[in-house]
Amino acid sequence: MANDIIAPENLVYKKPELMNDTPMHYCPGCSHGVVHKLVAEVIEEMGMSEKVVGVCPVGCAVFAYRYLDIDWQEAAHGRAPAVATAIKRLWPDRLVFTYQGDGDLACIGACETIHALNRGENLTMIFINNAIYGMTGGQMAPTTLIGQKTATCPYGRDPKIHGYPLNITELASHLEGTCYVTRQSVENVGAIRKAKAAIKKAFTASMEGKGSSLVEIVSTCNSGWKLSPVKANQWMEEHMFEKYVKGDLKNTLDE
Amino acid sequence: MKGNEAIANAAIRCGADAFFGYPITPQSEIIETLALLKPWETTGMVVVQAESEVSSINMVYGGAGAGKRVLTTSSSPGIALMQEGISYMAGAEIPGVIVNVQRGGPGLGTIQPSQSDYFQATRGGGNGDYNVIVLAPNSVQEMADFVDLAFELAFKYRNPAMILSDGVIGQMMEKVVLPPFKPRRTEEEVRKECPWATMGRTKDREPNILTSLELKPEVMELRNIHLQEKYQTIRDNEVRYEAQQCDDADYIIVSFGSAARIGEKAVELARAEGIKVGLFRPITLWPFPSKEIAAAAKGKKGILVSEINAGQMIQDVKLAVNGALPVEHFGRLGGIVPDPEEIVNVLKDKLMR
Amino acid sequence: MKTEIIISGFGGQGVLSMGKILAYSGLMENKEVTWMPAYGPEQRGGTANVTVIVSDERISSPILSKYDVAIVLNQPSMDKFAPKVKPGGILIYDGYGIMTPTDRKDIHVYRINAMDKAAEMKNSKVFNMIVLGGLLKVAPVVSTDGLNKALFKSLPERHHGLIPLNMQAVEEGMKIIEQTV
Repeated sequence: MANDIIAPENLVYKKPELMNDTPMHYCPGCSHGVVHKLVAEVIEEMGMSEKVVGVCPVGCAVFAYRYLDIDWQEAAHGRAPAVATAIKRLWPDRLVFTYQGDGDLACIGACETIHALNRGENLTMIFINNAIYGMTGGQMAPTTLIGQKTATCPYGRDPKIHGYPLNITELASHLEGTCYVTRQSVENVGAIRKAKAAIKKAFTASMEGKGSSLVEIVSTCNSGWKLSPVKANQWMEEHMFEKYVKGDLKNTLDE
Repeated sequence: MKGNEAIANAAIRCGADAFFGYPITPQSEIIETLALLKPWETTGMVVVQAESEVSSINMVYGGAGAGKRVLTTSSSPGIALMQEGISYMAGAEIPGVIVNVQRGGPGLGTIQPSQSDYFQATRGGGNGDYNVIVLAPNSVQEMADFVDLAFELAFKYRNPAMILSDGVIGQMMEKVVLPPFKPRRTEEEVRKECPWATMGRTKDREPNILTSLELKPEVMELRNIHLQEKYQTIRDNEVRYEAQQCDDADYIIVSFGSAARIGEKAVELARAEGIKVGLFRPITLWPFPSKEIAAAAKGKKGILVSEINAGQMIQDVKLAVNGALPVEHFGRLGGIVPDPEEIVNVLKDKLMR
Repeated sequence: MKTEIIISGFGGQGVLSMGKILAYSGLMENKEVTWMPAYGPEQRGGTANVTVIVSDERISSPILSKYDVAIVLNQPSMDKFAPKVKPGGILIYDGYGIMTPTDRKDIHVYRINAMDKAAEMKNSKVFNMIVLGGLLKVAPVVSTDGLNKALFKSLPERHHGLIPLNMQAVEEGMKIIEQTV
C-alpha cells in the first residue's frame, strides 16, 4: 500500500546514505543536524564517500563521528586543523575537512586555525558559530555578541571586562593561503541551499589543490540562548547577522 | 655525524612518511638537516615546520592515525607542551615517534644537557593511566638505530614510542653506520598493517573512528583494562638493557643514555684503582628492566644510580631491588654534566666508607 | 692508543671546526672518534670548547675530567684547563692571547704564536689550522695525509680551492711550535 508509492521515481527527498540512524544528541532546533546532512550530501555528490576523512572537534560536535559513516579522527580541543593538515599532506588524494565550533576554532585553536589556513593546506574548515559554548552549558564564546548574556557573562558581554567578539572569518579572508572564505546560515530552505553550495565549492577547491577554505555557518543554540527554535532563528537574524554579515568574504575560485 | 643529524638521516632511511616539528635548542639540527636533505624529492617524506609543538604532536596524531610512519622531535619545554597530544595518542592507540633531546629545567631552564624528564617520559606525562615506550640511546649510532626500532614498536603495539636523548647525545659527533634504505610503505601495505587507520572508509568495513573519548564509565573502564593488558604484554616482551662487567663486580653503577657513557668511563677509572665496579644500563626506560637489575644486584655491596637529574630513575631501581642492598644517587643539575671522576669519588664516599 | 683532547678559546677562533677537522681526520684513518662541544650562545663570542677523543678502541665517555692534551687559546681557557691536563700530558697555548701561562712543571707546555703567524699570512681564518699543525707536530694523533683527506671529504667542493692554503698553515704551525716547559 504505502510502500507501493515509495518508488525511486516518486522520491522527492531522501536521507544521504552516509547518514546512519543513530539518534542525534543535538537539541531540537540546533543547526548542527542540518549542516551534518549537507556535508554528507556533498561528499556523496562528489563521489568521495570512500575517500574522505573528517576531523571532529571538542564541543557539541565532538560526536559527529557517530552520525556520518565515514572515517573520522577526534582531535584534542582546538587541534583539528593540525590533525587535518597531516592527514591531507600524507593522503593528498583524500578529501579532508574539519568540523569545529566557535570555541574550538576561534578560541583554544585560533593558532592552529590561522596557521593551517595561512599555509594554504588543501582542506576545508566547517565553522559552526553560535556565539556560545553549548556543550558545557552556555558559557561565553569568543564570538559572543556585545551585550549577549551567557553563564560566564550573565550581565551581558562587556568589552571592558570580556573583550570584543572575534571575527575570525574576516581574519581568515586576509590570509594568503585561503582561496575561499564564506559565511552562510541554515535557518531556511534558501539559506540551506546556499550553504550547501558553499560547502561543495570549498570541498571541490580542496580536491583541486587551490588552498584552504573556511565555511562559517552562523548558527543558533536555542538551548544556550534560552529561546524556542523559532525565536532563536529570529534572534539570529536580528542580532547575529548584523555582526556576522553573510556572503563570500573571499573567493579566488570564480576569478 | 651529530646525534641530531643521525636522527634525521635515519628517519629518511627507515621509510618515515613525515616529520612535523618546531625548532628548539639543542635539537634544531634535526629539522635543519631534513630541510637540507629535501626527502620530499626523493622518498616523498613530508617535512613541515609547524607553528608550535602543540601543533607538531597533533600533526603526528593525524598522520599516524591515517596509518603513516610519522615522527616529531623537540627538547624538554617543547615536549612538555606535547603531553596533551601524547596522552590523546595513547588513549586513541595511535602509534607515533617522539624524540626528546633533553635540556635542563624546570621552565625555560637551560639549553645545556639534562636527564630531568625521566619521570615525565616513564610515567606517562599527560593525563590518565598510560605508558609510552621509552628508548634511551647512549651513542650517535643508537640515535640512528632507535628511530626504526621506535617505529616498529609503536606500530606493533599501537602506542606512542619515545626516544629519550639529551643535549650530549644530540650535539656529540661520532662514527655512525646509517641503517639501510627501506622504502616507505605503499597504500596496500598501510591498509594491511593498519586496518584501523583513517584513510577513507571502503564499503567492505565499518568506519574507522579514532578517539580517546568515551562518556560511559563502564565502557571506559574496559578500554583502560585493555590498555593495561597491552602495557603488560610490552613489559613481558620488550625490556632491553646492557650490563658491563657486572658479574665479578662488588658495586654497580646504574645509568642510562649519556650518563651511562660517563658511567662507563667511571668504571674504567675505578677498576684502574682496583675497585670492582660494573655498569648496568637500562635501554628501555619503560618498560624498565626491574627483574634484570634485581638479578644483577644479587650479592653486590651497593648500587650507585648516576643520572643527570635530582634522583628520578633511582626510584625504579629501589623498587627493583626492594631493599636488598644500599642504593645511592648521584646527579648534577641545571645543565651541568658530571665527569667520570666525580662519580668514582661519590661511589667511594657513599658506598665504600 | 687513545688521545683525549680539549680545545678551548673564544667563539670565532675556529675552536669547534678545528675539533671537527681533527675528529674527521681520525675517522679517515678508521679510528673511533667523539666530538663533544660545549654548545650554545658561547658559539657567538663567549668561550667555546670542544672535547675530541681519537682512539683505536671503543670510546666510553665523551665527557672527561682529565685530558691528555689541552689546547687553550685565551686566558680563561688556560686558567680552566691547565689544571686538568694529566701529569705527563701536553698543553698548547697561543702566545698572543695568554699573559699568564701555567706554572705546572709536570706537563709538557708548548707555545705557538699562531695569531701572529696568521697575521703574517694575511689570513686570520687559517689561525686554527696553524694551531692544529702545532698539535700534530707534538702529538701526532692523526697524519697530515688523513687531515688532507678529511678536508676534501668534509668541505663542500666550492671550498676545495682553499685546501692547499690550509695545509700550508698546518705546515707553518708545525714549524713554529716551541716547547717552553
